[in-house]
Amino acid sequence: MLRAYTLAFLLFLYAPILLLPVFAFNEGTVIAFPLDGFTTEWFGRLTTTPTLHRALANSLLVATASAVLATALGLMAARAAVRYRFRGKGAAMGLIMLPLVLPEIIVATSLLVVVVRILGLPLSLLTVVAAHTLICTPFAVAILNASFSNLDPALEEAAVDLGETRASTFRLVTLPLIMPGIVASLLISFTISLDEFIIAFFLTGSDPTLPVYVWSLLRFPRELPTIMALGTILVIVSIALLTLAEWSRRRGLRRTGAQDTGGFLAQ
Amino acid sequence: MDQDDRRGWTLLAPPFLYALALLAAPLLTILVFSFWTQDYLTIDRTLTLANYEEAVTDPLYRQLMLRSVTVAGLVTLATVVLAYPVAYFVSFHVDPGRKSLWLFLITIPFWTSYLLRVFLWKVILGYNGVLNSALTGLGIIDEPLTFLLYNVNAVVITLAHAFAPFAILPIFVALEKIDRSLLEASRDLGEGRLRTFLRVTLPLSMPGVVAAVLIVFIPTIGDYVTPALVGGPGGLLIANMIQTQFLGLNNQPMGATLAVIAMLVVTVIALAFVLVTRRWTRA
Repeated sequence: MLRAYTLAFLLFLYAPILLLPVFAFNEGTVIAFPLDGFTTEWFGRLTTTPTLHRALANSLLVATASAVLATALGLMAARAAVRYRFRGKGAAMGLIMLPLVLPEIIVATSLLVVVVRILGLPLSLLTVVAAHTLICTPFAVAILNASFSNLDPALEEAAVDLGETRASTFRLVTLPLIMPGIVASLLISFTISLDEFIIAFFLTGSDPTLPVYVWSLLRFPRELPTIMALGTILVIVSIALLTLAEWSRRRGLRRTGAQDTGGFLAQ
Repeated sequence: MDQDDRRGWTLLAPPFLYALALLAAPLLTILVFSFWTQDYLTIDRTLTLANYEEAVTDPLYRQLMLRSVTVAGLVTLATVVLAYPVAYFVSFHVDPGRKSLWLFLITIPFWTSYLLRVFLWKVILGYNGVLNSALTGLGIIDEPLTFLLYNVNAVVITLAHAFAPFAILPIFVALEKIDRSLLEASRDLGEGRLRTFLRVTLPLSMPGVVAAVLIVFIPTIGDYVTPALVGGPGGLLIANMIQTQFLGLNNQPMGATLAVIAMLVVTVIALAFVLVTRRWTRA
């Protein structure tokens, strides 16, 4: 019973994603049933749309920069949180993790006001990177927290006892052990940024990211089949990235000899 | 300051300062902004409650706010009730070695193509949509159902779908923490399955349920994409109005006021909920 329910729930979760390829390969231009016939025309059209390529390049740039920055910030926060006990830690970590529960529109509007009204700066891909770094950092912290928690402190102490400095211990012992966590954090942050729309819509200037570009096309029924084709490719890429991240996360757990308890956010 | 203090803060300083500059400061700014007014393009920096007065008295804003809170409440209820059995199944009936695979499968849709997922609900629920085609094809209905799309129902369904993994994970974590010997003890003492669940499992998993409620209820208020795509004119929410004030009507102080009020309302409701459940689980 419970198993059947869970499987039905998974079907509910995957229903929209499973429909993407159905309409991407459908010959008809209307996104509805009945289907018309098989075609790969819409995928072909993706290769001949320069505005799309431009938006894709923007998104890849933003996602890469956000992933690197969020992981670097997450690394420091997670290390401090796991390794040291100090005054004000709870409050500081609370602020860093806050974007996880804050409505995205609040993050978007408050940054918009500061950038445009207070600082008088133009909106650009940089403002999107700044915001995406902010919302990806909590995910990076959550993943890296687990990596650091599973690390046996005795390993680091042994290295220090054997004459390594704190810096070289980190580089030679700690870093290799948490590397899978870092890779997972990079991939997850990249995926989140690549897909994020609500904030990007407020903070992009004239140069759109991919989701903002897709949003502008959703109003034109003529473009919908092409969007379905694009969506199909994006879903496949996202699933590949997430699978890689999950694989890396588990490898990290095995390396530190920890018990696997669940997914990225369930630790 | 001892060594831990110094080293800890040195490490934490960059992420903390980043959050301070890009989160705390902007939040404070928007709070100040909400007390300013805008006339055309010039912003009047005199502190005034005029926006707040307008927000509370204007029937349109009140209606949108009320609808947003109702929708957020319905979405939270639907998500948590639907998610609990899934979390329970994964925690209690899945082989420990395969649990992370199940959780992975559950979280994948959450991280992919948010915009297109919402759009595809329009395709599923529409007049010529997947659901109507299937139902008429099977002969269950003669005419396509029209109450599915472009109303509050569609917004609730789509948001419940988007937030499902957010609800499953905290409940799963709480269920995992339950000492299984407590359940055996309850059974040994003669309680049935249902009573064991109601008197042991459910109360012990309440922290997860509370976390799930908060993590779904609060962000739901900020979604303007779902109402815009599937809500129709009768399904628009306060976030759509905030978005319009900021980007369309260009009355940013009013948008800031609505954002502050929305945050206040959800925070107060969330705190009240936490307090009530805390008292209830203790008793």
